[in-house]
Amino acid sequence: MSKQRVKQQLEALGVLALFIGLWWLASDQAWVSKVFLPTPEATLGSLIEGLHGDLLAFSANTVLRMLLGWLLASLIGITIGALVGSSETARAWIGPTLEFVRPLPASAVMPLAISLFGLSSGMVLSVVAFGSMWPVLLATVHGLASVHERLREVSSALQLSRSAFVFKIGLPNAMPDILAGMRLSMTVALIVAVVGEMIASQSGLGQAILLAARSFRASELFAGIALLSVIGFASNALLALVEKKLLKWQTH
Amino acid sequence: MGSWGIIEMGAPLVPRSTQIFLFLRPWVLPVLLLTLLEWAARTLAPDSDAVAPPSRAFLAFGQALMVSSEEGVLRASLFTLGSAAAGLLIGLVLGVGLGTVLGLSKRAASMGFLTIEVLRPIPSVALIPLSMMVFGFGFRMEISVVAFATFWPMLILTQAAARQVEPGLIEVALALELSPWARMTKVVLPAMLARLLVALRLGVAIALVVAVTVEVAANPYGMGYALMIAQQSLAPDLMLAWLVWIGVVGYGINVLMLRLQHALSRRMGEIPQAQRA
Repeated sequence: MSKQRVKQQLEALGVLALFIGLWWLASDQAWVSKVFLPTPEATLGSLIEGLHGDLLAFSANTVLRMLLGWLLASLIGITIGALVGSSETARAWIGPTLEFVRPLPASAVMPLAISLFGLSSGMVLSVVAFGSMWPVLLATVHGLASVHERLREVSSALQLSRSAFVFKIGLPNAMPDILAGMRLSMTVALIVAVVGEMIASQSGLGQAILLAARSFRASELFAGIALLSVIGFASNALLALVEKKLLKWQTH
Repeated sequence: MGSWGIIEMGAPLVPRSTQIFLFLRPWVLPVLLLTLLEWAARTLAPDSDAVAPPSRAFLAFGQALMVSSEEGVLRASLFTLGSAAAGLLIGLVLGVGLGTVLGLSKRAASMGFLTIEVLRPIPSVALIPLSMMVFGFGFRMEISVVAFATFWPMLILTQAAARQVEPGLIEVALALELSPWARMTKVVLPAMLARLLVALRLGVAIALVVAVTVEVAANPYGMGYALMIAQQSLAPDLMLAWLVWIGVVGYGINVLMLRLQHALSRRMGEIPQAQRA
């Protein structure tokens, strides 16, 4: 590591320390009421205490909900995306409808899901899957639609069936798009899982932070927010790593 | 929207009947689905609390249009759109401001990097309980969450836009001995504008989604709350109406932003690169 690199990293650490110092000052000197802004050490204390208590189980619930919903979404999204994306006719007829549903907030579907499935954990899961399906689905359609003309000619010259085209040319070609879509889906899945836990009172971090806020236990609220951001960061970083590994074969 | 194979309507050599066919084609599937739902809701589940025939939802929407209270279409929509816009404005100003600094100075970017990476993964909805605790229910709570949610993409995209400003342009500005303010407003910002418009379009979409989410989850105002209340009072027709209305508003605003972006980049004499994004 060069000297300059070390200096850069020290500076970055310095800014972070400055930020935490400001946070500490704002809370300790009561610039912002302690009711809303706990000190960093109080937050850390709540975090450690919580991890020995319920917080770990809550986090596991939230992560499980997010992962399951995301897996379902990826499976359904890639399947529908491959079906729609591999046929120009399907794209022309179905595409505009997909384009209309896409910007719909996933949380807006929650009331409908509540009337259909009740305030259950299955309801939350279904909304997580529905909400996080769109990025994968549209990425798959886009990836399949943008297969190079030459490759299409090759596949028709080889008289590949449609499924062979999808599996041998279409999906590998769409891989970068799909992986990027899946990464976005993971973010959406976490958000919808948290909202679902808040609304449907399902055990998890979403419910935990809402209850902490309602009873003005600010340090517990901050601990929950910190855990959520760790989950968000870790899942994103992990997927970015997988993406890099899987796309190694690409030369461009 | 580039992948659907939509053919330009005004293209020559396309007979009129084909034009009409292409115009009607996107509507076939939605109409089919709505008809199916109408039939299913009427015959299979006539007294359901969960589904209603679209025709009844349409009537319920007509009634909700007339309501002038908080839950009327006009006031609820204005609340949601207003808080989305206000929150976006805050996120935009802060994000573009800081993003420009970080984009122009490599040193600032590497100094701020770690702090940003620590704060950015916080899911915006995790701040709903915090903002509820600090501001109580209402306008301020909603705009604070929207501002937080839009700040990060604005920051990242602005930083990228500022980094891509032609260095030669800045050198010219320095050679002309422009003041820092003039350098900003006359050179840097205009050079970033096309990319900033793309960022703005993304920001608008995020702001709307987050605003509705805050209302569904906690805040008792706006379209999201009206949707939630319709469900809780077992009025599936009204619930369906709100769901579709939220979709229509979101879609309409997205289309509007796309048009705005194209019109502005055309006026600036640029080939709109982002058209196919």
